[in-house]
Amino acid sequence: MLSIKNLHVAINGREIIKGLDLEIHAGEVHAIMGPNGTGKSTLAGVIAGREGIYDITEGEITYKGKNLLDLPIEDRAREGIFLGFQYPVEIPGVSITNFMRTAVNEIRQYKGLPQISAGDFLKKMEEAKKLVGIQSKLTNRSVNEGFSGGEKKKNEIFQMAMLQPELAILDETDSGLDIDALKIVANGVTALRSDENATIVITHYQRLLDFIVPDFVHVLFEGKIVKTGGKELALELEAKGYDWLKSEV
Amino acid sequence: MEILTKDFSLAAQMVKLFDDNHDLIFKSDTPEITDRRKIALEVFKRLGFPDNKDEKWRNTDLKKSLQAEYNYYFEPTFQKGIDLARIFQCNIPHLETDMISQLNGWFISENGGIKKHADGVIVGSLAVAQKEFPDLFDQHFGRYADNEKSGFVALNNAFACDGVFIYVPDNVQVKMPIQIVNIIHHDQNIFVQNHNLVILGKNSQLQLVQCDDSVDHQRSLINTVTEVFIGENASLDHYKLQNKNDVATLINSLFFHQERDSRLSTNCITLNGGIIRNENYVRMNGENCEANILGVYLVDKFQHVDNQVFVDHAFPNCQSSELFKGIVDDSARAVFNGHILVRPDAQKTNAYQNNKNILLTDKATVNSQPFLEIYADDVKCSHGATVGQLDETAMFYLRSRGISIENSRMLLMYAFAAEIINHIKIEPLKIRIDDMVKKRLRGELSVCEQCVLHCSTMEKPINFEIDLSKI
Repeated sequence: MLSIKNLHVAINGREIIKGLDLEIHAGEVHAIMGPNGTGKSTLAGVIAGREGIYDITEGEITYKGKNLLDLPIEDRAREGIFLGFQYPVEIPGVSITNFMRTAVNEIRQYKGLPQISAGDFLKKMEEAKKLVGIQSKLTNRSVNEGFSGGEKKKNEIFQMAMLQPELAILDETDSGLDIDALKIVANGVTALRSDENATIVITHYQRLLDFIVPDFVHVLFEGKIVKTGGKELALELEAKGYDWLKSEV
Repeated sequence: MEILTKDFSLAAQMVKLFDDNHDLIFKSDTPEITDRRKIALEVFKRLGFPDNKDEKWRNTDLKKSLQAEYNYYFEPTFQKGIDLARIFQCNIPHLETDMISQLNGWFISENGGIKKHADGVIVGSLAVAQKEFPDLFDQHFGRYADNEKSGFVALNNAFACDGVFIYVPDNVQVKMPIQIVNIIHHDQNIFVQNHNLVILGKNSQLQLVQCDDSVDHQRSLINTVTEVFIGENASLDHYKLQNKNDVATLINSLFFHQERDSRLSTNCITLNGGIIRNENYVRMNGENCEANILGVYLVDKFQHVDNQVFVDHAFPNCQSSELFKGIVDDSARAVFNGHILVRPDAQKTNAYQNNKNILLTDKATVNSQPFLEIYADDVKCSHGATVGQLDETAMFYLRSRGISIENSRMLLMYAFAAEIINHIKIEPLKIRIDDMVKKRLRGELSVCEQCVLHCSTMEKPINFEIDLSKI
């Protein structure tokens, strides 16, 4: 589904990702772990297509056989890529309902489908809300405005449920969540798992992976994937810390 | 009719026009009012029309507007019994107002020019009110519109013979909003000066909607003064809607005089116009006054909008809050000048001022000058001004959900303007303005054959939720 080969990315002339390779197939859950500042969020931003920050100096990314780097942000989303933001953006004046209806309809239009009916849309909203346990009145509020940290993260998963992506990238979705919120978020992600879609979970701690069980764990260190293993690698990292890796690299 | 040519100074021609037409200008005056007109003209002679050397006009250039040819009238430009509906209709669904109209600055009367309602409310022509209610008129006319504020105010005080007169007696809560429609429609360039006077008695309440529209594409110079007296513990909810053609110059001066415990909310929505200058003066003349002064402007092409706000905190324990937001596109220019004066005795004043702008192009400009002048020591005041582009991170967030660049921009601009629109307390008006803002942002709003309020393709007034699929 997603194939990254020899990716090099610089920010303001400083190389952050230094030759990264990653293969992701439908049905898989990949965890990317690593200490702060090693390029985890940069990788997420590059896949989602954020403009004006990243300079891709080398390498390629193909997604479903297409050159992903040629696609603008919105087309990547319409092709099924979803980024759960580490810091969801507040957009005063735009209600979540309208935001989602626009997004759903633009994606449907891209796929040549008619606009979603009001009834179907409401039904979809209800299901997605139930999945992450957010209250009805929240969706009438402006996007993320005045939301608590937990509400913002739940709102990301809610949007994921609404848009049903093929490839979801969750960037530090666990940060700032208490254990209850973490469980809700993780259960949401798990419920959305299928053989057709894939998930990349970017996280600092092993904690989230107790709830979202990964098929692969990659350790990103100084811009490269230095180690790949199964879910047990996460436990090993938790026990030994990242210093253990430094000595190995 | 008199012709003002572009070959001589307009100021000199106006002075001569005044001297030559005493009989027409003074015809309904008490001696007192005639004296005030003469004083105003002397002030005008001294001040003249403002130019860029004047600090307050540094960023608004009227040269072109003042060097055009205009027709000037001392009598209504239309026949008695004119069928207004043929020129203009206000078609806001579900908006029920007590509508009164002015055409080229003259009150359009149906029955003698003035109506006295059972509850004592008087609504009608200023010229008629001057004759029929001389006491009320003399007590308030020209008392708040200070000649020294600008040559335009002085000139208006000297010349204006008609406009709208509204009187709400003590303890009367007017249920239906009053809507003043001011239409400019003429086959020649025209210079219009009208003067509105609104008087709210003690404990009274009024919602007032003032609409300024053009229905043709002729050049015009409009110099409007509105004086508003808000009595003790009275409440005024005021809206100003401006949708003029691209060659109209509108100088709109509003003077609000608040007595103790009174409340004012005024919201100025500028959707189109050549040059629009709004001067808002708020005088807090007693304790515990509250004023919310809001505005939103959406300008493009070569349009120019200038909002000036002066709040005079003369007494303790008053609150004022200003928020003006604008989206400036193409080569358009916006000016904001906010001045809060807190006098020495005005302790416990709370005064806030904010101006936020989004510039959509490199050629668009904004000049924003917030200014606080504080002589009391126990006050809370703040001011702020921002000029920026659409937020990059927000754009990324919206686009990352599959929303196109165009729609993402539209959403963010709409959301930006909506903060002001949401303050509109008359629900049908809010829905309509909301529609108009959306249309404006999509580039679909123009000065229509009738008025923009009478759009041929009306959007569905639903729940105030935007149907973004249509944006």
